[in-house]
Amino acid sequence: MDMLDLGGRKFRSRFILGSGKFSLDMTKRVIERGGVEIATLAVRRANAGGEENILDHIPDGITLLPNTSGARNAEEAVRIALLARELGCGDMVKVEVVRDSRYLLPDNRETIRAVELLSREGFIVLPYMMPDLSAARDMATAGAAAIMPLGAPIGSNKGLLTKDFIKILVDEIDLPIIVDAGIGRPSQACEAMEIGCAAVMANTAIATANDIPLMASAFKTAVEAGRKAYLAGLGRVKDRGEASSPLTGFLEDI
Amino acid sequence: MNPSVDRSEYCEGMERIGSDIMENVLRGALEFEPSTFTEHDVRAALSDDSVGVRGFAALLSPVADNMLEEIAVRAKDETHRRFGNAVGLFTPIYLSNHCDGGCVYCGFSNRSKINRMALSPEDAEEEMRAVAATGLTDVLLLTGESRRESGVGYIGECVRSASRYFRSVGIEVYPMNTSEYACLRECGADSVTVFQETYDPKKYAELHLSGQKRVFSYRFDAQERALLGGMRGVSFGALLGLGDVRKDAFSCGLHAHLVQRRYPHAEISFSVPRLRPFVNSPSYVNPVSERQLLQVAMAYRIFMPFAGITVSTRESPSFRNNIIGLCATRMSAGVSVGVGNRVGEESEGQFEISDRRSVAEVRRSLEERGMQPIFNDYVRT
Repeated sequence: MDMLDLGGRKFRSRFILGSGKFSLDMTKRVIERGGVEIATLAVRRANAGGEENILDHIPDGITLLPNTSGARNAEEAVRIALLARELGCGDMVKVEVVRDSRYLLPDNRETIRAVELLSREGFIVLPYMMPDLSAARDMATAGAAAIMPLGAPIGSNKGLLTKDFIKILVDEIDLPIIVDAGIGRPSQACEAMEIGCAAVMANTAIATANDIPLMASAFKTAVEAGRKAYLAGLGRVKDRGEASSPLTGFLEDI
Repeated sequence: MNPSVDRSEYCEGMERIGSDIMENVLRGALEFEPSTFTEHDVRAALSDDSVGVRGFAALLSPVADNMLEEIAVRAKDETHRRFGNAVGLFTPIYLSNHCDGGCVYCGFSNRSKINRMALSPEDAEEEMRAVAATGLTDVLLLTGESRRESGVGYIGECVRSASRYFRSVGIEVYPMNTSEYACLRECGADSVTVFQETYDPKKYAELHLSGQKRVFSYRFDAQERALLGGMRGVSFGALLGLGDVRKDAFSCGLHAHLVQRRYPHAEISFSVPRLRPFVNSPSYVNPVSERQLLQVAMAYRIFMPFAGITVSTRESPSFRNNIIGLCATRMSAGVSVGVGNRVGEESEGQFEISDRRSVAEVRRSLEERGMQPIFNDYVRT
């Protein structure tokens, strides 16, 4: 069976749901319609014992992927991850280290350090990163269980702007590559899967739809279609021109 | 140069940080000619992926006032993409109304004959318990501008208590030095709000007659000192209606923009307080309509899409309900603007509030409108 493997944990679904941008009472329906098995949540939104606590709205059987949103360096990311563990979110963590409030672009250098520290703490670490091959290699060496490059700035719905660089990661890194941010439509999710990404995460694209559960279901189908296409092996798609007369014909005249 | 802008007018102990942001904002405001913009400029800004200073200026221009609907479409989209349907809830806690400032427009001014008091740290804690019981985890502690009656040590003590009851503690107190902000940060404060009131130095000098507050430039650098002192977030605001609305809004946005560029990690937010039109408005007021206020708030949103925007309880429930989702992302609930009102003290408020709804009522009304009330969006690291 074709399963997504994250640090030894196996998942059937390759569509990871982001949370925080739609009402909590909608969460259950979105998870059902999207066939979701992993949902991310910002530890900063957790309100244990208080009002509107997102942790109370995640159905049983769903694997939580807490993120370290709010961290500006590796040490802060570690503290947030430890807090997530205390809150009962389990051992998987998505590392987000951001030192930029305008674009929310990740800081690869601090992220590599955070991966190192958190792997040592026994976490299954999934770093959110700018798709850069050297940084991805360092994260893999530091113990990452998957690499989560961004497709475009978070919340931009611009799709796979970094497609060529993500493809390099797919080709060169022996870990699941999960596109994390920027995916705006199901067709873009499908495209990411076609090129060999192991999973896709989306939040804004779903939260900004008129019918949120229906969009979740559209993503589910798109991710499945893209995965099947990848497994089937895309036929040759011509992206270069062909010479009208043979370039090697001269060999016959020699 | 106008005295209040000149840093040689600093009082003893006021720190100099050598920033040039104020000079750049004042120059920008002088060069900003609201009437020169055309509909074309506004549309160009709206179709620009990332709206710069010129686009921001266009959105604040008189011609943009006729294009609010088009602007609202973009503002709503930006808000929705960045914040989804989330709306942060918080409440202010007034610790002290002692004030050395002679701000002619303010209820706490040293010229107002009001009952002056500062909550004892014990009473402050009791007030905090009352607020915590409503479920809120985000508070803003306020004092008047009096170092004498509410010193940094006193504020620090209150911040320390607050950080035990709440997940996020903001302070809106008189501007202070970097080391003092660092001390309050140590006590548990996370963010600092300072309103420049008006960005017009001449008007500022007319309205701020006494106390340290009369030094425009020291106040201006407060957000930078707060960030240098380690605060996570800073909030900006012009009290719209004191000076020229468009110029003040432009200056405030430019101020936040330049601070963000210098401190890219800082969490930036805006407040949009205004002086509303009322019978016998004093002559120094240029009353601001709800339409103008909305234009300003939407311009902030489109210019700095990531910034939080807080809407005041000075505004009516219906205005607040509607501006939330369009561009505002944070609102107060269960508000009292007097000192110790929640623990039975009777003191006058700083201003008149229009939205007296409790936390539960605000929450219900947000949910009815398909919005998501957020009680916590902060994690201390």
